[in-house]
Amino acid sequence: MKTKLLQGIAAATLALTAGTAQAEEVIGYDLNGEIPVVVETAAPDHLDGALNTIRSGWTFRDESTKTMQMDDFDNPGMLAVEEAEAAWSTAEGSEGKSCADCHGAAEDMAGVKPVYPKYVEAAGEVRTLQMQMNDCRENRMGADPWKYDASAAVAMEALLSSVSRGLPMNVAIDGDAAETWEEGKELYYTRTGQLQLSCANCHEDNYDNLIRADHLSQGHTNGFPVYRLKNTKLNGVHSRFKGCVRDTRAHTYSPGSPEFVALELYVASRSNGLSVEGPSVRN
Amino acid sequence: MASGVKPRVKAPKSAAAGESVTIKTLISHPMESGQRKDSDGNTIPRSIINRFTCELNGNMVLDATFEPAISTNPYLEFDAKIDEAGELKFTWYDDDGSVYETASDIAIA
Repeated sequence: MKTKLLQGIAAATLALTAGTAQAEEVIGYDLNGEIPVVVETAAPDHLDGALNTIRSGWTFRDESTKTMQMDDFDNPGMLAVEEAEAAWSTAEGSEGKSCADCHGAAEDMAGVKPVYPKYVEAAGEVRTLQMQMNDCRENRMGADPWKYDASAAVAMEALLSSVSRGLPMNVAIDGDAAETWEEGKELYYTRTGQLQLSCANCHEDNYDNLIRADHLSQGHTNGFPVYRLKNTKLNGVHSRFKGCVRDTRAHTYSPGSPEFVALELYVASRSNGLSVEGPSVRN
Repeated sequence: MASGVKPRVKAPKSAAAGESVTIKTLISHPMESGQRKDSDGNTIPRSIINRFTCELNGNMVLDATFEPAISTNPYLEFDAKIDEAGELKFTWYDDDGSVYETASDIAIA
């Protein structure tokens, strides 16, 4: 209890010296000179003081990487968005339907990305955007589902994310989603692997520090799908989770597994309040 | 034959006479270096954009040679001094003989 209190004081001092006032929104940049993007804000209540302010991964990157994300022309992730735009209005499957036939323009889907993962009444489970996309493909279009985090699926997720940029992340954690959210929270704080590391050990206790050559962020998901300069493609959240868990030297869950869906919900809820940035550019 | 090739340009619509403006170009292209091998061990033949030019009313602004080490989807940003209104013409030359072109008008403000 005493240690926890001390840590709290230390964190508060740190926040003061870093000049980060509590509960104040910081606009990092205007996307394409138009849409303000919130990259720092007060932590959601459920974090209960674990973090005072939440900061987008964007604030942890260097200037050139940040700049790439500020303009669609410079953002390599937008190439995949363009491809997905073509796929959006291309009919596929036995029903001869495209996404656009039911949903209209991709821009009309603004506001969808910030609330996912969410509890879907009809399915009786918490679903990610990719799961919903596959539900559409199988049941409405009569097409083959995409493999989880396959490049076409991530590109489509990036398209849906791109039209919601600037809107605050806002996943629901109460009601029917509560049980899954608790599972995700437990996973977040459970140490795994030979290195015995939980998500929190790096992204809560040590963000802003270096882990070898990597600058640790708070691990928010508001920027996903992420264009990573290290592999020059868009990366899905679950693939990123897998990479992290692997780095703890553990056997990982699979992308699309119920464990990762729960974890995605919990991690997304930690980002509540930050602007959607995907497709973002990171190291 | 490279597939999914699409040239893109971002250039201002107007400039003051004699002003230096920033032009950004990007072409989606795999830029196969010729160094890689496929799963059977056979060399994948080189297929890259080997030259890029930018002209203003037929006058050469930039003529660049691209080499195999240049990445996928080559992005080029450069400054050009605009002396007269007219058409900026951008041309990419592919190893396979294809030529990709796009143009952008610029006025003197």
